[in-house]
Amino acid sequence: MSKISLIIKREYTTRVMKKSFIILTFLTPVVFAGMIMIPLWLSSIKDGTKKHIFVIDQTHSYNSVLKNNDSYVFDFVDKPADEIRKKNDKNEDFGALLIISGDLTKNPKAVALYSSEQVNMELKDYVSGLLKNYVEEQKLASHNIPNLKKMVEESRTDIDITTVKWGEDGEDKVGSAELALGIGMISAFMIYMFIVIYGAQVMSGVVQEKTSRIVEVIISSVKPFELMMGKIIGIAMVGLTQFFLWVLLTVVISTVVGSFIGGKVDVDALQQANSMGMQATPAASPSQVQELVAMLNGFDFAQIVVLFVLYFLGGYLLYASLFAAVGSAVDSETDTQQFSLPLTLPIIFAIYAAIYSAQNPDGPLALWCSMIPFTSPIVMMVRLPFGVPTWQIILSLLILLLSFIGTTWMAGKIYRTGILMYGKKVTWKEMCKWVKY
Amino acid sequence: MALLEVENVVKQYAGHRALDGVSLEVPENTVYGLLGPNGAGKTTLIRIINCITAPDSGEVRLNGKRLTPKDVESIGYLPEERGLYKKMKIGEQALYLAQLKGMTKSDALKALKYWFEKFEIESWWDKKVEELSKGMAQKVQFITTILHKPSLLIFDEPFSGFDPVNADLMKREILSLRDNGATIIFSTHNMETVEDLCENISLVNKSKIVLQGNVAEIRASHATNTFVVRSANSFDENGFELLSQTMKNNVVESIIKKQHAETNSSLLSLLIKQTEILSFEELLPSMNDIFIKTVTK
Repeated sequence: MSKISLIIKREYTTRVMKKSFIILTFLTPVVFAGMIMIPLWLSSIKDGTKKHIFVIDQTHSYNSVLKNNDSYVFDFVDKPADEIRKKNDKNEDFGALLIISGDLTKNPKAVALYSSEQVNMELKDYVSGLLKNYVEEQKLASHNIPNLKKMVEESRTDIDITTVKWGEDGEDKVGSAELALGIGMISAFMIYMFIVIYGAQVMSGVVQEKTSRIVEVIISSVKPFELMMGKIIGIAMVGLTQFFLWVLLTVVISTVVGSFIGGKVDVDALQQANSMGMQATPAASPSQVQELVAMLNGFDFAQIVVLFVLYFLGGYLLYASLFAAVGSAVDSETDTQQFSLPLTLPIIFAIYAAIYSAQNPDGPLALWCSMIPFTSPIVMMVRLPFGVPTWQIILSLLILLLSFIGTTWMAGKIYRTGILMYGKKVTWKEMCKWVKY
Repeated sequence: MALLEVENVVKQYAGHRALDGVSLEVPENTVYGLLGPNGAGKTTLIRIINCITAPDSGEVRLNGKRLTPKDVESIGYLPEERGLYKKMKIGEQALYLAQLKGMTKSDALKALKYWFEKFEIESWWDKKVEELSKGMAQKVQFITTILHKPSLLIFDEPFSGFDPVNADLMKREILSLRDNGATIIFSTHNMETVEDLCENISLVNKSKIVLQGNVAEIRASHATNTFVVRSANSFDENGFELLSQTMKNNVVESIIKKQHAETNSSLLSLLIKQTEILSFEELLPSMNDIFIKTVTK
């Protein structure tokens, strides 16, 4: 086995076998999936017991409006509120006391829910939904215009703008600006995260090798450049492994969990929402699901994934070699801060540029920042889902390639001198001198 | 025959010259001492021999051929500042370092087994470095330095961190390596071990070699013509200078300095005339004295 592959292997295996890596890699998608699934799951859990809602209706006109459902049973009573409270407060079945004190068409505030615990949102929404529909109908009916209700319903219109992207092959694709933004921002943030996390790992790895003096031993067997590149490539592979595992796990978890809960939740939730007569969020009516699928199909995911990997590698290699150079120049991890700041600043700038570019993906800021190699890996990811001319992608990748060759070469020079230099406070000027050796 | 030849090597760093026209020859199958105060340029020279840095001018030859980076596989180097990966297991780490030196995995495992048994440290194989003491780590480093049977070994302060028992063990190992054909360059500040181990030395001071040659010859050439004489009775100055004379357990111990006499025998004959001589020995300066004298000159 060649020496550099030995180094890559060591860097890779020691990191991948670490408990923290395994936990982080397997837990993150679970946590993500959990963040999406748990609220859905919780909402799907029905309290087995039906709660009794006592109603003191002083107008006696809402008996037919308040309909029982799976969760709530309405009991119309004619006793004073205090008595109900005393009798039922400790009762498991007791949900709340609803007091309607006046005509709601005239005073919509003449209704209140009492309970010794905080009244939950679901109950409040359910009751207010029922009453609201009823009051609206009453009001419409009071105008005495035949078919008014139907007319109002018919006049209600949702304007839903379809955005269509002209495909280069003449085939139009249904697009979605929101979806494009989402995909772009997620991939940009992921590249940002990978560069920062794994760049820092390269730096601390180099510092550890230097402070533990292992580098003195190894350097008599391999060239400093091989040691540096071995570390950078090994850690890049760790990053890619993590990325692909995340993608895989997210897909697996969301399909598995989704098939268990997802379908049920959606249908139940929708039915419930419709039956309550609320304005259900129109997320998943059949035609819209098709539309969403069409929108997702509008994105070239193969292209996005391939370019994600390319930009991740390019951006990572560009920064990682510089992080390695910084690590080699200092004596301890605490000293890295003053030198790593000039490296983290452009990364942070890039994420801001990416956010602004998202608003105007073809503007001058977006264009320039997707060409400058220090920002292009992050900014380009935001622009990609909106469609970027091929020549721009090729040019930006080419610039990135040449730049990381340049920084790696420069970093190699600094690294070579730095790792064997001890007890000296290094300055920027000095580091520039090392490049010229 | 010289295994390693260093010829007129110059190395300039920004601001100072680390090596200025250094030449030396290390004969095959000997222990060669590379001495000098801190910052004299020893480490730079060792790094040049290891191809870690390149000289600005001059040449290094191994077996008569110009040194190439490939040659470092036949060199074993134990640097003064040495470390191991703290979180890695001893066995894995030793195997990794051996493979970096170009050994195959199976060869390395075989050799490691031999040495771990020899030093009775088999039980360390699965331990992490952070669990070992400094001396224990040094032992592992020693093994990884010599494992690939290099023809040239460079030890920089190899005994630091060892207790006397283990230091002695290492000393014997180094000598047996020499007896088995290895050539050893040995850099240390401990002049006693230099006298014990080294046949030849080079003393580097301020980037230049200030003293070079065979240890015995160097000591002889620094002789101050003083002698320790033990005799039955006291005696007077007679053709020599009497520096001191003391009486211990009925034996007179005198230190004398040769003046007119030309040879040691003629000096002895002057003494015999006066008293019964029990012992007569030339006082050779220690390498320590020579070091200090040469460097502070």
